[in-house]
Amino acid sequence: MEKMANPVQAYAQALLEVGGEDERIFCLTADLMHPFMIEEFSLKFPDRFFNVGVAEQNLLGIAAGLATCGKIPFVHTYTPFMTMRSCEQLRTDICYPCLNVKMAGMCSGINMGVGGATHHSVEDIAILRAIPNMTLLSPADAVEMKEAVRAAARHVGPTFIRFGRYPAPLVYEEGKAPSLEIGKAVCLREGSHISLLATGLMVHRALAAADLLASEGVSARVINFHTIKPLDRETIVKAARETGGIVTAEEHNILAGFGAAVAEVVTEECPVPLRRVGIPDTFCGLGPTEEMYRKWGLTAEKIAEAARQVLDFRARSSRS
Amino acid sequence: MEKVSPEKIEFLKAKAKKIRKDVVEILSQTSGGHFGGALSAADLLSALYFEILRIDPQNPCWPDRDRFILSKGHVSVAKCAALAEAGFFPYEELLTQYNKLGSPYGMHEDMTKIKGCDMTAGSLGHGLSAGVGMALAGKHDRKDYRVFVMIGDADLQEGSTWEAIMAAAHFKLDNLICIVDRNQIGVDGFTEELMPLEPLVPKFRDFRWEVKEIDGHNMEEIVLTLKSLPLAPEKPSAVIAHTIKGKGVSFMENNHHWHFGVATKEQAEAALAELERSN
Repeated sequence: MEKMANPVQAYAQALLEVGGEDERIFCLTADLMHPFMIEEFSLKFPDRFFNVGVAEQNLLGIAAGLATCGKIPFVHTYTPFMTMRSCEQLRTDICYPCLNVKMAGMCSGINMGVGGATHHSVEDIAILRAIPNMTLLSPADAVEMKEAVRAAARHVGPTFIRFGRYPAPLVYEEGKAPSLEIGKAVCLREGSHISLLATGLMVHRALAAADLLASEGVSARVINFHTIKPLDRETIVKAARETGGIVTAEEHNILAGFGAAVAEVVTEECPVPLRRVGIPDTFCGLGPTEEMYRKWGLTAEKIAEAARQVLDFRARSSRS
Repeated sequence: MEKVSPEKIEFLKAKAKKIRKDVVEILSQTSGGHFGGALSAADLLSALYFEILRIDPQNPCWPDRDRFILSKGHVSVAKCAALAEAGFFPYEELLTQYNKLGSPYGMHEDMTKIKGCDMTAGSLGHGLSAGVGMALAGKHDRKDYRVFVMIGDADLQEGSTWEAIMAAAHFKLDNLICIVDRNQIGVDGFTEELMPLEPLVPKFRDFRWEVKEIDGHNMEEIVLTLKSLPLAPEKPSAVIAHTIKGKGVSFMENNHHWHFGVATKEQAEAALAELERSN
């Protein structure tokens, strides 16, 4: 049985740790203290905790003001609200002057399945990667989440951490995730026939897909893109060159998302067959999370199927 | 209440006149600009930059300085004229570079480019939230600096401003002052016809601010009010300054076509001559 862990709990624990080490770190939320599990921060550091009520635009504007005074605010709300309700504050007040604000976006993708489209976020990667000065992190699991929080605290500049709400399978053993180097993807499994490039909780599914493919004699490389922006172009080009085919996997609209970003690099630098696994351009309705993932093809099977398509395409192309 | 000497009032009026003339000179040599709101804010800016704000042009990032956010960022030209007059950068630089390719100075403002600018501004409804953040930082650090935010009528039509108004009172930010340049006119006409803001004083009071209405062109009243802050302990202060859009240039006054306008050479000369003659 695979080990599960809650990324939110890991996030809150890491924030508590970095908050204890650096008095410049403030914690702000828009009435979501409990879902983010940051109550302990509020009790331990009450003078560095502010709950602004349900007012996301104000949340980000206040964070910008604090950052101009040398503080490092971590702000907390659901990703669809952070990236859309307060998108302009995020862009104009934080990214334009490149202020040192950290944005923790929970309920990314369709993780809050029963919430429906209001509480899903299949657009945030598209939005965030188009904003200059933004750094976008998307840790693979709860273990890597802690490294993402530390990396965000170390990095000077706007940083967004994208994650889900519910326990998810672990990619890394507890305490065994390497220190997260922003912009440097991590190769989790070597392979020579095809590369599976995944981000967020799709990394675990990509590893499972590699197992499926291995049983068919296909050697799949698996790479964890914990950073979506800046994108590790070098690792993408290397994967394209060395394996000749790419599948991307993300919990996001395939339009303008992670896979699209990878496709841009592949097309420009080393064109090879590529397939994107993600949410087709649609709102997803609602349902229990795992059922939603199956319905919308965010599964190891779908990644493996996309890999077979790439391999078939390549074989047909080489014959013709 | 502290008295203000007649000499000081004359000095500040002269500075306001200089700001107005600079605004007309700068904007009339470009493809147009926000004359109306820049002229309505000039007296308030003069009082702030030459009497009220604790700032040091030689040390623009001084951590203990008073902060000033111009939420109505489209009149940055007037604020930059004041900053130049205060010695943050040469006026000649502002005049020759304004709106030029790659210039720090233009229609809206970028805090990373303009010395003495505490917050990037241009999109309405943003400034007061940033001010709340700065005021919270000041309280946390037990510093005595104050945060002044100038907003226009249109800022008050943005919902986000009311989020900030709620928060400022909740956090008891008596180091935060919101100055409303209430010139009553937006792009398309009078606010009270377009989307009324009145009754504004009770709105602020109901949101638990202390409020004072002043004549935004009466220098003595402006200075006396801004010297008696906070208006009440543990409450943020709102100073609603009644102003005239285009103040000082008769053909621009109370005319929404001069919210953003292009001045001909003759209009610019007439405007400068009228300002020169004024007190």
